[in-house]
Amino acid sequence: MSSDIAVRRTVAEVLDHVWENRSTIQSRDAYAMMLLALGRENPNLACVSADMNFEDHFALELPRQHVDLGIAEQNMIGVAAGMTVSARPVFANGMSPFAIARAYEQIKIDVAGADLPVKIVGTHAGLASGHYGPTHHSLEDIGVIRMLPNMTVVVPADAWQAAQATVAIAEDPGPVYLRLGRQATTALYEERTEFVLGRASVLREGGRVLFIATGPHPNLVAAQAARELAGRGVSAGHLNMHTVKPLDSEAVLHASANAEVVVTIEDHRALGGLGGAVCEVVAEAGGPPVRRIGVPDVHYDLVGGEEYLLHHAGINVDNAVAQALDVLA
Amino acid sequence: MLTQTPPQTVAEQLAVQIRRKVIEMSASPNGVHIGGSMSIADLLAVLYAEVLRDPAGVGSSHDRDHLILSKGQASAGLYAVLASTGVIPESELATYAEEDSRLGGHPMKRLPGVDFSTGALGHGLPLGLGVALAGRRFGHDKRAFVILGDGELQEGSNWEAAMAAAHHGVDNLIAIVDRNGWQISGRTDECMSLEPLAGKWAGFGWRVLTVDGHDHEQIRAALTGPVERGRPTVVIADTIKARGVPGLQDTKQSHSATLDERARRAALAVLEGGQA
Repeated sequence: MSSDIAVRRTVAEVLDHVWENRSTIQSRDAYAMMLLALGRENPNLACVSADMNFEDHFALELPRQHVDLGIAEQNMIGVAAGMTVSARPVFANGMSPFAIARAYEQIKIDVAGADLPVKIVGTHAGLASGHYGPTHHSLEDIGVIRMLPNMTVVVPADAWQAAQATVAIAEDPGPVYLRLGRQATTALYEERTEFVLGRASVLREGGRVLFIATGPHPNLVAAQAARELAGRGVSAGHLNMHTVKPLDSEAVLHASANAEVVVTIEDHRALGGLGGAVCEVVAEAGGPPVRRIGVPDVHYDLVGGEEYLLHHAGINVDNAVAQALDVLA
Repeated sequence: MLTQTPPQTVAEQLAVQIRRKVIEMSASPNGVHIGGSMSIADLLAVLYAEVLRDPAGVGSSHDRDHLILSKGQASAGLYAVLASTGVIPESELATYAEEDSRLGGHPMKRLPGVDFSTGALGHGLPLGLGVALAGRRFGHDKRAFVILGDGELQEGSNWEAAMAAAHHGVDNLIAIVDRNGWQISGRTDECMSLEPLAGKWAGFGWRVLTVDGHDHEQIRAALTGPVERGRPTVVIADTIKARGVPGLQDTKQSHSATLDERARRAALAVLEGGQA
């Protein structure tokens, strides 16, 4: 928990602060700072949590708006849905593997089916829990949530985008899953770009190859892979698909129209997540071949840190370049 | 009330109407959860006639009560009370489980008078806790009444909510357990023991009341008496599954059934005759 979170800042000041510190702040701290600023401005905003500590400042400063529900994610999601009778929006914080997988039925019926303004925020997503192992990895969350009607799925690419996304999902009237990691990651953006829910962010204009990535590490891999391909004389575009649902299919089709291969990259199963979503759109349009980079369809019990596990799963620059060139060859 | 003719109070009259409508809906070839609908008929009657403030949310005030039928399989009982209290048209009951009807086998939020879709067991108490907590924290005078099946209590999420409700001192949350003693596979206590049920709730920090779930006086006293400040209340209502339905009362077969015309006539005759 960073004491920096508690500093009294407005929404605009949080954006400035996170932008200035975008490569050292964890996304979840950027989120926590923004949530506190939003909670100060909107007395009807509620925050419930399942024994999380990164939001302690919210609980201390805005106790009326905060409820800790202990290590009980099913109850937390149901309570969040119930609270919408008087509070809007309701943010529900948990660790992604538990908030999503354990409470899936509550999310399906009480949140998504009911189309309520519950914002489920899951930290430690993907392989962010590293050596803590598969119990704490969350590799199916994007896939299972995107199958639910009404849900919006947002995966910020860095702390700056996490702060922006927090504002956007608070304003959005529907249910949302905001997927966050654990450690601070290198900033993706070099200028303060606009964030629009459901609108892909173009980091590099299209070419023979189109990388589509979601989340911090996958976007950093895509950016570097595109640069390496350019160095070899192969033009490559890069879309940051920060909103996996609703997928910006227009951007996918536009950017892939003249591409010879699309490569998707995510720190999630290669099955059913961003790669699956892109395949659905590209295949239906008769577009170019798609290669999906993600965690393979095996029980992933390798021990190691996040970066090691990502590399081992093929979520790395060499593999991204190789997958693209393999199709071009 | 079944044992009293003619019905005297509004609640007693409402109980008769609920039972009559459930019996009529049981003509549906798709099957009606008649047992669990009849066991809560008196609970619903007292709640809707005497306890709940604007349960259908037709008024403009956020200060109101919310009834959550967590045991959503008893939807026929709920539809019957919604029709009897003018929330939905009486004629609509004939569409139960028909194609394009609003009245499915489990209640859906798109029907007036239903705040939350239920039927997946173990969801209602967390929802009710959220309603009660939010009312208190966000300035609305709300109470949440959650009707739980006894078999439903085997779902662990109920106990997560029970623990949290007591921890947060949510005294505007009232759980009502329809203790009819049956679930799909048989006797509840043969499938999975619940006793000592009152002791379980008390151990979680709840104020526990036990009533005869067909005795309006007892139900009324439990639901209209003062709450205990800082503690949620559970009313364990001892009930009889399919009460008053010849051949089905207190049986496993009553869980979901279709009644042919003869069976419906027999059940209605019992209702009119007031013979339990």
